[in-house]
Amino acid sequence: MAEPLLELEDVTARYGPVTALHGISLRVDQGESVAVLGANGAGKTTTLRAVSGTVRRSGKIAFGGKSIARTAPEAVARAGIAHVPEGRGTLTELTVRENLRLGAYTRRDRKAVAGDERRVLSYFPQLAQRGSQRAGTLSGGEQQMLALARALMLRPRLLLLDEPSLGLAPLVVAEIFRIVRELNEREGLAVLVVEQNAVVALDATARAYVLEVGKVAVEGTSADLQRDEAVRRSYLGY
Amino acid sequence: MLLAFDWTQLAQQIVIGLASGGVWATLAVALVVIYRSTGVINFAQGEMAMFSTFIAWSLVHHGFSYWGAFFLTLAISFAGGVAIERAVIRPVERAPVLTVVIVTLGLFFVVNGAARWIWSPETRSLPNAFSTRPIDVAGVAFSISDLGTIAVSLGAVALLWVFFRFTKLGLASRAAAVNPEATRLVGVRVSWMLALGWGLAAAMGAVSGMLTAPALASFDQNLMQPILLYAFAGAVLGGIDSPLGAVIGSLLLGVLVNLLGTYVDWVGSELRLPVALAVILGVLLIRPAGLFGRPVEQRV
Repeated sequence: MAEPLLELEDVTARYGPVTALHGISLRVDQGESVAVLGANGAGKTTTLRAVSGTVRRSGKIAFGGKSIARTAPEAVARAGIAHVPEGRGTLTELTVRENLRLGAYTRRDRKAVAGDERRVLSYFPQLAQRGSQRAGTLSGGEQQMLALARALMLRPRLLLLDEPSLGLAPLVVAEIFRIVRELNEREGLAVLVVEQNAVVALDATARAYVLEVGKVAVEGTSADLQRDEAVRRSYLGY
Repeated sequence: MLLAFDWTQLAQQIVIGLASGGVWATLAVALVVIYRSTGVINFAQGEMAMFSTFIAWSLVHHGFSYWGAFFLTLAISFAGGVAIERAVIRPVERAPVLTVVIVTLGLFFVVNGAARWIWSPETRSLPNAFSTRPIDVAGVAFSISDLGTIAVSLGAVALLWVFFRFTKLGLASRAAAVNPEATRLVGVRVSWMLALGWGLAAAMGAVSGMLTAPALASFDQNLMQPILLYAFAGAVLGGIDSPLGAVIGSLLLGVLVNLLGTYVDWVGSELRLPVALAVILGVLLIRPAGLFGRPVEQRV
């Protein structure tokens, strides 16, 4: 069995008085791609926020064998986790190139950063032509790609993706998931992706968890979940 | 009558206007930096600048040259701005805008009171930063002091621009102002970026104070209150979220106010401040975003 990269054990999280996660346990192995599915309000986004530290959480969260359960978001990023947040977190007033430079903020290896910029842009040719354009003027799909590119500039060991398909046309969604899959297969980047769109997400990942009201209801390989009629009907709605 | 028009006087008055506008611009830029990162007008900006000016006065009093005191005061003001943010603004970082505004108002009185407590209410003066001789440019005599003031204030603004535009830290502070949440996720300590903004704003304010004081025969703790109003008017005219706009707005206002004061009898020197306030009112009514401000664009 592969080495676990990220491990959550009995993690709870809350927004003020409202508990959003009621004890979640999940695992992402080195180089693995995992989907988190479920209805609106099931706790998908909160699961990612618990990992990156942008919500109050408790329970065991380990990354690369070290606990990050009490680590602040800035430090989680420095540890090698890149979180592409819900709504893409577009830095509207910054240019495309400035967004990429910002993604590499924590890095000190300037030469490697320049190389990474070229390599990352090779995945997103559309962005490469728009280096000096302000991010706020990009289309929704391009903004999602930029958010992804910015996250890659961190050279993460784990990529957290929150609903990359949100508000995008099917063709664009397919393109984004193709790139995510390529990053996972070619560069061995571990991915934890939260999705409403189960069909696309199961296609692009090896394993998946289905959440229901803040708990893991079903888990298995993506292929098994795709075939399981009962799971599809009761949890995934297709 | 047209033949008798004194072009030399016009040129001189424009330069004098640019000199005051430049001083206002440094304070206006301080207002913009804090507005963009903290989301409020810092009403204490002028008092902080006054406090810095008194520090400079003390240093000069203890034997420093004007320029030695100038740069030392910049460093002290920067540290003071950072400290104020950590102590007073950080606790209300997530509070509603009105709360933060009230805090800056409170800061106004605290800083003013502290300055009155530390420095007795005698009249003081700072030595001239520049030579008082006039200089001849194309047959027109300008004051070296005015030209120097324009150069120093615009130089300070330009340095700040270079910092925000071309350094990694500057990029991170701009990002933190646009979207703090997303900026944390790339590993930037957003909270410290706010403190950095306050430090830089305090230093810019110190420049405006230290350029204002030597031009006056004497000054007291109310030194910066009119300057803050002019700076605010300049920033609103240019667009309160645009640093470039604040600079151009302040320069335009400086020239406008000075020319009106010179050529329109009933404005004189008494009605200059009301002219600035009329500009604030007019801009807010006709073009709230100012000359260079723009409404935030966003696509979802």
